[in-house]
Amino acid sequence: MVEALLTLDVQLTQGSFTLDVSARVEARATALVGPSGAGKTTLLEAIAGLRRPGRGELRVGDHVLFSSRDGIDLPPHARHVGYVPQDVALFPHMNVRRNLVYGALRMRSGQAAPSSPPLDRIVAMLEIEPLIDRGVTDLSGGERQRVALARALLSAPDLLLLDEPLAAVDVPLRRRIVPYLRRVRDELGVPLVYVSHDLEEVAMLADWVLELERGGVVRSAATTRQP
Amino acid sequence: MNAELLQISLFTVATALAATALMLPPGVALAWTLARHRFPGRALVETIISLPLVVPPVATGLLLLYLLGRRGPIGAALASTGVDVIFTWRAVVIAMAIMGFPLVVRTARAAFEQVDARFEQVAATLGARPMRVFFSISLPLAIRGVIAGAVLGFARALGEFGATIMIAGNIPGRTRTLATAIYSYTETGRDAQAAALAAVSIGLAFLAVAVSNRLAGAAR
Repeated sequence: MVEALLTLDVQLTQGSFTLDVSARVEARATALVGPSGAGKTTLLEAIAGLRRPGRGELRVGDHVLFSSRDGIDLPPHARHVGYVPQDVALFPHMNVRRNLVYGALRMRSGQAAPSSPPLDRIVAMLEIEPLIDRGVTDLSGGERQRVALARALLSAPDLLLLDEPLAAVDVPLRRRIVPYLRRVRDELGVPLVYVSHDLEEVAMLADWVLELERGGVVRSAATTRQP
Repeated sequence: MNAELLQISLFTVATALAATALMLPPGVALAWTLARHRFPGRALVETIISLPLVVPPVATGLLLLYLLGRRGPIGAALASTGVDVIFTWRAVVIAMAIMGFPLVVRTARAAFEQVDARFEQVAATLGARPMRVFFSISLPLAIRGVIAGAVLGFARALGEFGATIMIAGNIPGRTRTLATAIYSYTETGRDAQAAALAAVSIGLAFLAVAVSNRLAGAAR
């Protein structure tokens, strides 16, 4: 059982919108919920290092990603935080295999990151074998999601952020992707934070719910029903 | 084609290629920076690099003459290391590079702006350092525009006249290019040679634009 203690203290202003979040999360899978414009994606981007908070502290366990007090602001490539945006952003000029190994190969050593799970295992777990030599432009929504998920996992993240992993796929397919996410959570022990609009999906996967509204936290609690 | 015309054509193509090689690395780096970053003085930088497009080339040449002449700030430093620039092939290359530079930057910049920043961000979260992100994501996705910019810069270099004649002169066998040769031949009544070189110029320009369009228009 892997429990992640996430420290999420973020104050971030962009234009007229202010994100002001302060939360401690102790969970394997955290659902980030709330109406659109609540700041869910902004929070994920702040954790990934793609947006700089004005003030605050972001930690995964003891690993400090950002601390305005201590002057720490790790660049995204040093955070070990996987991020799958809503559009999944598979690299269009690479086939599935090259997308998958992109994060597994770290430039400094030119070798696989030591803690990377083996490619074969992830490929088998997410049932990607038939896709591996295909281009990414003609994959279906569910296939793209799985490839993006595998790519992020192969970079050996300490935390995985998913922005509406199921939004782009239709309802029958959602029921097929949720088990994959559950495997990630349980077999690999990678804690997840994912944006969701779907209460059913939250119930199927999350053991913590962080609810945002207009840039602030309105609820941060363990779910009553542990999946 | 006689030996003189052949020498002029080859010299022009060689110097234009050298100019393209010279302007490409800084041009691409600047294009990417302008496409991706906001920084103080950005508008000024944009204006300065566009100047060679709008200022008369002869005036640009005059400015280069001041900078690169034996008593100019850059020329004096180079002369002290034994490198002569003015009225040598080096001046031809520099004039061509300066005049072609804005076309490289503008075309490559437009190409980088077309690349979804999301790809670069995700690459970074996958552990790629900025240089790796640039060479594995940004550049490959913008490569057609970058090549098109290089071809345009090359074509502009081939036809460079005003700045070249100011800092490199028009010395037969040493700094004479297609453009300056056509001018000299016409002045001295050697119309047949001028026409032959004009035909070579048109042929090269046609080829360059065709290659550029081919690359820019190729399907993704």
